[in-house]
Amino acid sequence: MIKWTRLLYVALLLAAQPAFAALNIFACTPEWGALAKELGGDKASVYVATSALQDPHRVEARPSLIARARGADLVVCTGAQLEIGWLPLVLTQAGNSKIQVGQPGYFEAARYVTMLEVPSSIDRAQGDIHPGGNPHIHLDPRNIAKIAVALSERMAQLDPPEANNYRARTKAFLERWQQALARWEQQAAPLKGMPLIVYHKNMTYLIAWLGMRELGALEPKPGLPPTASHLSELLAKLQRDPAKAIVLAAYNDPRGGDWLSEHAKIPVLILPFTVGGSDKAKDLFGLFDDSIARLLAAK
Amino acid sequence: MLKANLTAIAVVVAWAASLPALAQDAELGKIREEIRQMKEGYEKRIQELEKRLSEAEAKAGRAESAANSAEQNAAAAQTATAAAASARGGENAFNPAVSLILQGTYARESQDPNQFRINGFFPSGGEVGPPKRSFGLGETELAIASNIDPYFRGIAIASLAPDGGVEVEEAYFQTLALPQGFGVKGGRFFSGLGYLNEQHQHAWDFQDAPLPYKAFLGNQLRQDGLQLRWIAPTDLLIELAAELGAGRQFPGSDSNKNGIGTRALLAHVGGDIGDSYAWRTGVSYLNAAASGRSYQDFDALGGAVTNTFTGNAKLWVADAILKWSPHGNPTYNNFKLQGEYFRLKQNGTLTYDDTAQAAPQFGATFSDSLQADQSGWYVQGVWQFYPRWRVGYRYDALRYGTLNNGIVNNGLGPTAADFPLLANHSPTRNTLMFDFSPTEFSRLRLQLASDKSRLGVTDNQVFVQYIYSLGAHGAHKF
Repeated sequence: MIKWTRLLYVALLLAAQPAFAALNIFACTPEWGALAKELGGDKASVYVATSALQDPHRVEARPSLIARARGADLVVCTGAQLEIGWLPLVLTQAGNSKIQVGQPGYFEAARYVTMLEVPSSIDRAQGDIHPGGNPHIHLDPRNIAKIAVALSERMAQLDPPEANNYRARTKAFLERWQQALARWEQQAAPLKGMPLIVYHKNMTYLIAWLGMRELGALEPKPGLPPTASHLSELLAKLQRDPAKAIVLAAYNDPRGGDWLSEHAKIPVLILPFTVGGSDKAKDLFGLFDDSIARLLAAK
Repeated sequence: MLKANLTAIAVVVAWAASLPALAQDAELGKIREEIRQMKEGYEKRIQELEKRLSEAEAKAGRAESAANSAEQNAAAAQTATAAAASARGGENAFNPAVSLILQGTYARESQDPNQFRINGFFPSGGEVGPPKRSFGLGETELAIASNIDPYFRGIAIASLAPDGGVEVEEAYFQTLALPQGFGVKGGRFFSGLGYLNEQHQHAWDFQDAPLPYKAFLGNQLRQDGLQLRWIAPTDLLIELAAELGAGRQFPGSDSNKNGIGTRALLAHVGGDIGDSYAWRTGVSYLNAAASGRSYQDFDALGGAVTNTFTGNAKLWVADAILKWSPHGNPTYNNFKLQGEYFRLKQNGTLTYDDTAQAAPQFGATFSDSLQADQSGWYVQGVWQFYPRWRVGYRYDALRYGTLNNGIVNNGLGPTAADFPLLANHSPTRNTLMFDFSPTEFSRLRLQLASDKSRLGVTDNQVFVQYIYSLGAHGAHKF
């Protein structure tokens, strides 16, 4: 009995610890973590649940994620069922009423952009498809701008004393972002029409933004690993219509790409995919700077 | 300003008009010239002001039209949202998430699965035996889950038995809106005790439960009751929980009493080590009251006997799991090491009754004290060595420990030979598993086991198993 009282005492002491930052943000993926840092500055404490080296489709509801979600004021995720394999569990386990679906503390980025590849029919025989459309929305920087506006308003709503600060930071961020956008579009002009092979359909928004061409994917269907027969079909296709590169995200398995690269004599190009995916992709600006530089080098 | 200037002009004009006629023409001309210049100057300034005013008006107009177009955009967006909403509308718009698990096995066993028993231990009442020989259907699991309102979530999981009958595996509500890390679950739910207990059988890494789960919990402990959980506000996961239940299941029994039949206290901690390891460990304690918990056995002559235990059972469980995947990405390679230790102490009275037999050995009932202190453990490792392919090994064992049966010890009636199920035996088992999961929704498994649960016999088992998951994408527990 004494032991339990002691444990309870320790627990109460821990519970009494004050939160240091005004707004605790739990970001599901690195891109939203980076955006929340841009908009929140030192007024927000941002925890990023996954890294650029993790497949965002295959994340586990690790104990550390439940512990971090417990103290969050705001959960910032992609939505469109990208996090369906782990987030619902983290939300129900975390014992945090603020971040439940439908609460202001639950933010889904995909709600604020136009989704691409929304399937007209939904059947698992098509592979691991997302009913809401392709969820890898952050690779179109114009989407980042739209989401930044929505996210800063949400942060202002949750933390009214700092509302003006978030809005001012967002304004400054958007100004820098528009400049960068103009620069990227200018730099990337030669990429227009560049034919590419992707691993998974995770580069769709980047390809659409820069007007590149996606000739095919190494995965025969979304979520299925490359098969020998599918790779040889791709090879035959590439002999008729050659691609400039095979584009992989930092977390993709290089094996299937290497085989095709060798046989089709086109390079494998690893893009950071998200913040932290390469040395240069330290923030959102670095992510697009580096992605475009790498694509231009393969042109 | 403008008004003041105009007044000034008027005053000047009036003054000029009132000048005496005898004023010199030259002087008059000079004044007229001055007035003309002033007029011109003011007209110029008025024109400038008018120009600025019209410019400002034009700007305002542009702003208005921009606002209008923004409104139009918003309206369009609303229309789009409305259209999407109406597409999702209708009576089934709030349908809960439904999923179904299909399972089946092909089994080859060197011993008769119908004769399965775990010698040395009280039968736990669950369906702990290996699957039927040849082709066999496993449990078909139907799960329905949804948020009920902003405060509660509800889940029901029914298990359809292969030979008919529906069993409610879990059916509970869960709070969503309690503050400070608290959560309450109520109804029927898998206890949070240990590690494996909360997971459904289809999510296990082997076809069956480890021996301690079979012997001490009848596969899995289901609580009909309430669970209160609390998560500490720390970066390290600290989870404390208390459960109150009816305790109808082994090691308790349906005692038809008011009040609480079983109490459990659970504590778990977990976290990450670097970016490649995640772990969780904990201890659980369960206290259950058994009243008239009976099982069938055979006496030394093979006659049917009913043994009944009334008393108290205390169960301690220690569990630990460590998962590895390169940089936390389990897609290609990952490794999982887990182990649990169980210790069950039972203290009470055992009653031996052979009066149901036509020609009984004793024809009487015997009651005496019973103290048992028994334990069990397992450790298993599962390695995904290639995308979709895994191999796993499990060793599980039970330790007979001490079992003081007063009826045998007092030497007045039945002997140890009349309690064959409680014969001194410490079961062990070795299990090897390979599985292939084409997607997250399908799995095919081959499992080989050498099972020494029964005294003096080894059951060599080969199982081929399939598990398919239909419908809503369930999130998997860590």
